[in-house]
Amino acid sequence: MPVNWKVGGLLLGLVFFVAVLLVKPIGVSTQFVILDGIIGDAVNPEIVTQTGDGFTSTNAYLAKSGGKYAKSVANPLNYSFVFVLAMMLGGFLSVMARGGLDSRERRMPTLWRANFGDSAVKRYAVAFLGGFVVLYGARLAGGCTSGHMMSGMMQTALSGYIFAAGAFAAAIPVSILMFRKEA
Amino acid sequence: MSSILLAIVLGAAFGAVLDRVGASNPNLINRMLNLTDLRLAKAILLAIGTGSALMFAGQMLGVVDVGHMSVKTAYAGVFLGGLMLGAGWAASGYCPGTGVVALASGRKDALFFVAGGLLGAAAYMLSYPAWKASGLLDKIAGGAVTLGTVPGSEYEGLTALPGDILGVVLGFGFVALAFALPERLVGQGRPHPAPAE
Repeated sequence: MPVNWKVGGLLLGLVFFVAVLLVKPIGVSTQFVILDGIIGDAVNPEIVTQTGDGFTSTNAYLAKSGGKYAKSVANPLNYSFVFVLAMMLGGFLSVMARGGLDSRERRMPTLWRANFGDSAVKRYAVAFLGGFVVLYGARLAGGCTSGHMMSGMMQTALSGYIFAAGAFAAAIPVSILMFRKEA
Repeated sequence: MSSILLAIVLGAAFGAVLDRVGASNPNLINRMLNLTDLRLAKAILLAIGTGSALMFAGQMLGVVDVGHMSVKTAYAGVFLGGLMLGAGWAASGYCPGTGVVALASGRKDALFFVAGGLLGAAAYMLSYPAWKASGLLDKIAGGAVTLGTVPGSEYEGLTALPGDILGVVLGFGFVALAFALPERLVGQGRPHPAPAE
């Protein structure tokens, strides 16, 4: 781990605290929906439309809760969407400041290579399918690791505990079965 | 405009810390999930505990606005979605936030993760009416509730316990758990003295 767990955990906790102090709890997975909406609306401008006092959509999910997602699609320069773009900037600067990742690691993770070999196609196929299942699940659950597990459990939200129970009940057995060799 | 500035500062800080704590590194995620190196789990527990104790203590001192809380609804789909996310998290090594940070850090597999994620989110957007009709999105146990009743909060409590004090106590509990958790539960020896990058 690039920093030890005590320093890292404390810094991570401070970021979650400052976010609630100044704005609201951190969440990420909704922004995949917003980007989908932005792409969809660029292809077909009928998808998100302005109403008298807000926005709505031909897609029932974007239109739910008074069209709050439709509104974000129509105004991409909003707090939550810019937050995720900024995460990429911060992550990029941090990794560059510690010298960047080597090309082998950028191609695929060491632990994956030790267990499944060097086929990039295999790794990228699993990453793609994993991404599909992760975001489908996150939207079904109404949040992801940051929104439900970290922000939720930090606020003593019942939903955060239910989510974490489900996530680890699947993640631990799958990981133990898939990654038997240490690396 | 100031909210956009905050988004940039807080988002960048979050992305940088996810990188430094190792959460956007699939090697560390799967060493945590296969129980051979729990240092990342210790960091996550410490983070939840620190955040919780600071937020609720801040509320009790009147320096943190209770209205900033945002509690999500509990329903059966939360558990089901959690199972799906967990399986994909283990297989790919990424969750939504760490996937975008990993993409920015130059990991090529993260590009495929994010592309798959956009497709998965779109698939959910299209199938949402069916989930809604299934009843699995109907709230359970009061819906958007906290474990205790937080004074001044718009959310109801699952119990009548004072929610702010409970939040501080649970926060310290998470911190204690972070320290109590061994560095590994499976296998032997000190896990990865020189972390591979």
